[in-house]
Amino acid sequence: MDIVVALMQGIAVALEPMNLGLAILGVVVGLFVGAMPGLGSVNGVAILLPFTFVIQSMTGSPTSPMIFLAAIYYGAMYGGAISSITLGIPGASTAVATTFDGRPLALKGQADKALVTAAVASFAGGTISNILFTAFAPPLASVALKFGDPEIFALMLLAFATFIGLGGDDIPKTIFSICLGLVLATVGFDIVSGEPRLIFFEMTGFMNGIRFLVLAIGVYGIAEMLWTIHSTRSGDTGMAQVDVSARRIWQNIKEFPEAWRGTLIGSALGFFVGILPAAGATPGSLMSYGVAKMTSRKPETYGKGSIDGVAAPESANNSASTGAMLPMMTLGIPGSPTTAVLLAGMVIWGLQPGPLLFSEQPDFVWPLVGSFYISNVIALLVNLAFIPLFLWMLRMPFTILAPIIFVLSLVGVYAAYQNMFDVGLMVMVGLAAFFLRVLDYPLAPAVLAIVLGPIAEPKLRQSLLFSDGDFTIFLTRPIAGPITVIALVLLLLPLFKLIRNKLRKPAAVAD
Amino acid sequence: MRTAEMTTAGLLALFSLYLMWISGAPPAWNPSAPRFANIGMIEGEGPGSGFWPFWLSLVMFMCCLWIGWNGWRRKSGPSRQEGPFLDAHSWRTVILVGGGVVGFWGLIYVLGFYGAIFVFMTYYMLVIGRHSLGLTLAIATALPVVSFFFFDVAMRIVLPKGYLEPLFIPLYAVFL
Repeated sequence: MDIVVALMQGIAVALEPMNLGLAILGVVVGLFVGAMPGLGSVNGVAILLPFTFVIQSMTGSPTSPMIFLAAIYYGAMYGGAISSITLGIPGASTAVATTFDGRPLALKGQADKALVTAAVASFAGGTISNILFTAFAPPLASVALKFGDPEIFALMLLAFATFIGLGGDDIPKTIFSICLGLVLATVGFDIVSGEPRLIFFEMTGFMNGIRFLVLAIGVYGIAEMLWTIHSTRSGDTGMAQVDVSARRIWQNIKEFPEAWRGTLIGSALGFFVGILPAAGATPGSLMSYGVAKMTSRKPETYGKGSIDGVAAPESANNSASTGAMLPMMTLGIPGSPTTAVLLAGMVIWGLQPGPLLFSEQPDFVWPLVGSFYISNVIALLVNLAFIPLFLWMLRMPFTILAPIIFVLSLVGVYAAYQNMFDVGLMVMVGLAAFFLRVLDYPLAPAVLAIVLGPIAEPKLRQSLLFSDGDFTIFLTRPIAGPITVIALVLLLLPLFKLIRNKLRKPAAVAD
Repeated sequence: MRTAEMTTAGLLALFSLYLMWISGAPPAWNPSAPRFANIGMIEGEGPGSGFWPFWLSLVMFMCCLWIGWNGWRRKSGPSRQEGPFLDAHSWRTVILVGGGVVGFWGLIYVLGFYGAIFVFMTYYMLVIGRHSLGLTLAIATALPVVSFFFFDVAMRIVLPKGYLEPLFIPLYAVFL
């Protein structure tokens, strides 16, 4: 009951005109920053962090600037889906999974359905995670502390196991794709020993590694566009058929309950993964997509325009973004790159994140938690209001939209890394990915693996260092053990199915 | 397509072997160390730096053999298709569109992003899209202008300008 009273008081503070105005501004900024390929929530938060000193000097409290930055974080989570669906380019790693089904929906002329589903699923995920955060923040923090290196590696292994299901029927090509992504993630400097690794042809540009956006935009920007042009002989992609009327948007909102399953899976799994330190929204959204597909009665519809395939990752990334705040506030450990910047802001403003924050700084904590609810509602309304604008872009002739997407791809990679080598690498990756796409190599697993590889490898190595090289550490620890077993079962599932099919064939022939 | 499937599997297998080879490279501060000393467990340090990429590359190599075998037996989708790897339309796409993007990237070094965007948009809309000159010039001009105000001015991400840099100095004085 105390929590409810404290939350109501916090919401009242969050609704004060100054704070409400900052929340609206933050959401709008975050929405457009998140929608731009190459820019994500961390860019918006980092670039606008200095402006928050002005806000703090005006208000005399760290609450208002924190509300502003948290609203940017929220808005960016909503915004990432926009470029994924309309342009086919994930705005950030958190929106990669949204591309799998959002883009096919757009190509069928149903971008409105995808955008509305993404917006409402994001709202649902944010709301559910806010309630979980409010009710369970301190005890969940202690659970998160129990996750060490073996547990995090086991979770990554589980994520890879669900990716196998993303690759369609060609198992060797899927495994190749995952391994390729994991290997490409090792290019650059070894984080443990400091040695340069896999510096191809001793080109110094590779010293920075092959970054996620280089692969993601190469695959989804360049290769996917080449594929669309190659496979669309008439020049009409179907995207221009989209209906931008308000009546159609309202119709899509009423049809949202069809995506309830994906939304629930994403909300729960996203929050759980989000509270783990150094995990964040990206693994949460990827795993949610994989689990939603695996548990679906119609898994064959995923990747072809399933609204559950849009709802699951979108609800997950919003849920995870709230979850990522939990270790930041209760333990002082950032749950994602964006919360690392938020943590820096808190320290600068004189706050001490940790277990005592809730009891010693309730005037900061509860208005911030209240602002999560307010920003969530604002983000939904703003997103729905701007959908006609985003849909209008799709009505452009494809011969105008396509070069704009190419331009945004190159500019986006440069904006992210300020390095022309990465831009050139992205173009080459895109061309190579197109040829592999023609031969049915699934590249989504490679993109996902390059995100999770830098998390998985150090955890594996540190776990084995701790266990003196004994791999059974992943099976004997009470939390890591069950997760590892489930992951191994999922990894071997295609093999079991292959053997079962081969055994059934002779029986069918005998009949 | 079957030939392309098997040829690609072969090329990727060679690439996997190359990855295995460079994964085992000795460290820069001890070039005389034996190759592949870092692909196993090192006493007191755990897995070496080459452990993760080497064994993953080995899995990639085995997958390539499997893919090639499936291609030989016509078990995979592409190997069952009779048509060419890419037809005339597809090659035209790769050359005109893909080549255009490569040219765009190269032009950035000379004209900077904004100049290259103008040239690329003009090329694509006129040559490939066959749009009118008026519409082409309008969009080819508007896009770099909007990009300048978004990236350089609003986001403070200064994009390279190439040899056109001096033309932007008055704009920096006003907007930055």
